[in-house]
Amino acid sequence: MSATSPEAVKKHVRTYITIFIALAILTVVTVWVSTLDLPGPAAIALAFIIASIKAGLVALFFMHLLGERKIIIAILALTVFFFVVLTLLPQTSHVVVPIIP
Amino acid sequence: MSKEHSPSFWKKYIFSVDHKIIGIQYGITAMIFLLIGFALVSVMRWQLAFPGQPLPLFGVLFGMSNAPGGIILPEFYNQLGAMHGTIMIFLGVVPLGVGAFGNYLVPLQIGAPDMAFPKLNMMSYWVYLTGGIVMLASFFFPQGAAQSGWTSYPPLSNIAPVGQTVWLIGMVFLITSSLLGSVNFIVTIVQLRADGLTFSRLPFFVWAQFITSFLLLLAFPPLEAAGILQLMDRLAGSSFFMPSGLVVSGEALQISGGGNPLLWQHLFWFLAHPEVYVLILPAMGIVAEIIANNTRKPLYGYKNMVGAALFLGFMSFIVWAHHMYLVGMGTTMSNFFQITTMIISIPSVILLTCLLLSLWGGSIRFNTPMCFALAFLPMFAIGGLTGLPLGLTASDIHLHDTYYVIGHFHYVVAPGTLFALMAGTYFWFPKITGRQMSEVLGKIHFWASFILINIVFMPMFSMGLAGVSRRLWNPTEYAHAQPTQVLNVVVSYAAWGLAIAQLPFIFNLIWSTFKGKQVDTNPWKATTLEWATPTPPPHGNFEREPVVLRGPYEYSVPGQREDYLPQNAEQ
Amino acid sequence: MSAEIKWIDKPHPVSGVTNGKLGIWLFLASEVMLFGGLFSALVLLRTGADSWPVGHELLNVKLATINTLILIISSVTMVMSWASLAMKNLSKYKMYMAITVILGFVFLGIKAVEYGHKFEHHHFPSTSIFYAIYFTLTGLHAIHVIGGIIVNTYFLFPGSKLWQTKPEMFTNRIECAGLYWHFVDLVWIFLFPTLYLL
Repeated sequence: MSATSPEAVKKHVRTYITIFIALAILTVVTVWVSTLDLPGPAAIALAFIIASIKAGLVALFFMHLLGERKIIIAILALTVFFFVVLTLLPQTSHVVVPIIP
Repeated sequence: MSKEHSPSFWKKYIFSVDHKIIGIQYGITAMIFLLIGFALVSVMRWQLAFPGQPLPLFGVLFGMSNAPGGIILPEFYNQLGAMHGTIMIFLGVVPLGVGAFGNYLVPLQIGAPDMAFPKLNMMSYWVYLTGGIVMLASFFFPQGAAQSGWTSYPPLSNIAPVGQTVWLIGMVFLITSSLLGSVNFIVTIVQLRADGLTFSRLPFFVWAQFITSFLLLLAFPPLEAAGILQLMDRLAGSSFFMPSGLVVSGEALQISGGGNPLLWQHLFWFLAHPEVYVLILPAMGIVAEIIANNTRKPLYGYKNMVGAALFLGFMSFIVWAHHMYLVGMGTTMSNFFQITTMIISIPSVILLTCLLLSLWGGSIRFNTPMCFALAFLPMFAIGGLTGLPLGLTASDIHLHDTYYVIGHFHYVVAPGTLFALMAGTYFWFPKITGRQMSEVLGKIHFWASFILINIVFMPMFSMGLAGVSRRLWNPTEYAHAQPTQVLNVVVSYAAWGLAIAQLPFIFNLIWSTFKGKQVDTNPWKATTLEWATPTPPPHGNFEREPVVLRGPYEYSVPGQREDYLPQNAEQ
Repeated sequence: MSAEIKWIDKPHPVSGVTNGKLGIWLFLASEVMLFGGLFSALVLLRTGADSWPVGHELLNVKLATINTLILIISSVTMVMSWASLAMKNLSKYKMYMAITVILGFVFLGIKAVEYGHKFEHHHFPSTSIFYAIYFTLTGLHAIHVIGGIIVNTYFLFPGSKLWQTKPEMFTNRIECAGLYWHFVDLVWIFLFPTLYLL
């Protein structure tokens, strides 16, 4: 992004402030949701969704991922895939399939 | 980048940022660690062949706490075993394959003046050396080095003596070094290829290093996480890996419990499975280069080889639990991992088949590097095939943790990867030094090593099928292991013979550096860019940035005067 | 004389990025896997546990919420420091970078207060598996915050000299430092609800 003109950067600055407000609101929301005493899976899902939205805003706008080059996106996609594999695959040991006689 | 015309001795040879010097530093250091690792197992082989007998000459040197009267104690035997594995993998083979060969050759083969981050490159070597020294130092702590296998399974490793903590600290250094290196390799290969060098014209060696770097980048951090967790358990008293109600030597442990030993296994093998492809890919890259050059033909199926290697790299992340079939994981998980494990054998076979088919119709030159490269093929085949009964649970139930496993993985790494690394040493020696290694000594080294290494590892399959467990200090304590004990004696003698067989190689390396036959800049008449530089290549490598005009294996092109056409040669 | 290493200041024509930017993203990918390893540890331990304490009953949600907002604000000031350089304003850069550094220290200070409360009440990593994972995850995150503060402080003081000779290279370096800092914020965005709210 070193080739960005000062005018383009000025526009980005307005975006940064907007995103900050969104992040602040979402932070308050996620704390409020936790006080509602939702059942376990729902609480986890909701917390994760809100966190993902916040993380997405930071990544897309502060880290300039929106409009970033394919190579960076590809590396990140691969990484996220393996992150999910590492987190979820060991859980399959809880899954029991009956042996077909 | 400073352009001092006469850097001091320290800046030129010790704290150099030049990838070639760093590659040589890695190479010398790694070879010394390989010898140390070999020495450790040579001591173990005495205990295995003659259990309870005092080790002649050296036994008393180990001191009363390790080998009273020269008789190797079980605790010392376990240290030797754990450190043999650790040193060979993390201090020997990978630093040699990636740190040495990768560092030296990748910038040259892509026509770059150096790696993308020369200072980072230098740092990664010194962090590696520090990690290695920490690992060696662990032997001198009270109760010795790590002794819970290179796999460090808890709860045993959690309660092991302080050497285990030192091992963990050493691993943090080594993982850091690896991470710095892998970032450097990927950026270099993506960004610094010379004009005209598209990805489809890359030497297969560079593709192999590229994929290897991704494996190191993404697979090592979970092991670092596991290391942090074990350090917390050992130093801060947490119970990440310690289940509730654990009793040690009759006493209940005063810990919070709630931990899971399988957590370590998942995080460890998430790294350690891709790690085995880190061990083999650079080796395949080396073999590919040497075969193309010494058959005077292009590689067969280059595109298929690249595709197979990429697929192999990807699959390597989703097979890890085949090391854990016996933990009680349930059929869903084991089915998944059996399927992915069987699938991953396909790209391995494609790679091996392409290398084999590359020989068809070739004008084969049987020089020393080619002998080692050719031997790699059947040796890797045996290693790969013996992995199949381990990858399927029905047979793995009987073979897991037996000598069959040891035979399997040593075939891939020892007559597999190590042979390829030796091939690479003979092959690129003239580029580094301007001299050729002695062919006579090379052939002696080859035949002695090839014959003896098979005698070392082939009997282990029989022992494993007979049910002899690995990591046993005295197998003869078990009735079922007694019939195969004679094989232990044969293996030990062959192993010591194999050690002696390396002497011509070591002598050859040192002697040829000073007195070897002097050769020109391209004695093998090769096509890839490293042979287009002066010998040794100067700082900055190429006088002018090369322009690549063709693929990497233009050998025996019809209508050409010579049987090789360098990648950057103008017509 | 031999060729220089290219694509340090200008992006590579095909990949579209500079060496530094590609390098920092690769490093961040490895960091995702590092925190991923710890995160998967949390998931495995939690799903395997008979019972798991409720985060907001054991931990200080108020302080952590403040800390979350602190990090988010510091992310804004960090990106503003880069934007100031892109708009050729060195003194604005210094102001925003200084605020970012200070906010980093505030985060650590609040963390220290939190840890202090826990230790006072004899809650340590050895107390329970919940506290073990809490201290380890937030501890590793705090170490990354310290690392970021060191890098940012370097670029605020001695490192900023590069602006005089190579302003574009300096701007790129601040962008890379910013990517790291945003990542640290991002990790906390996940850690906060996972540990404190669930």
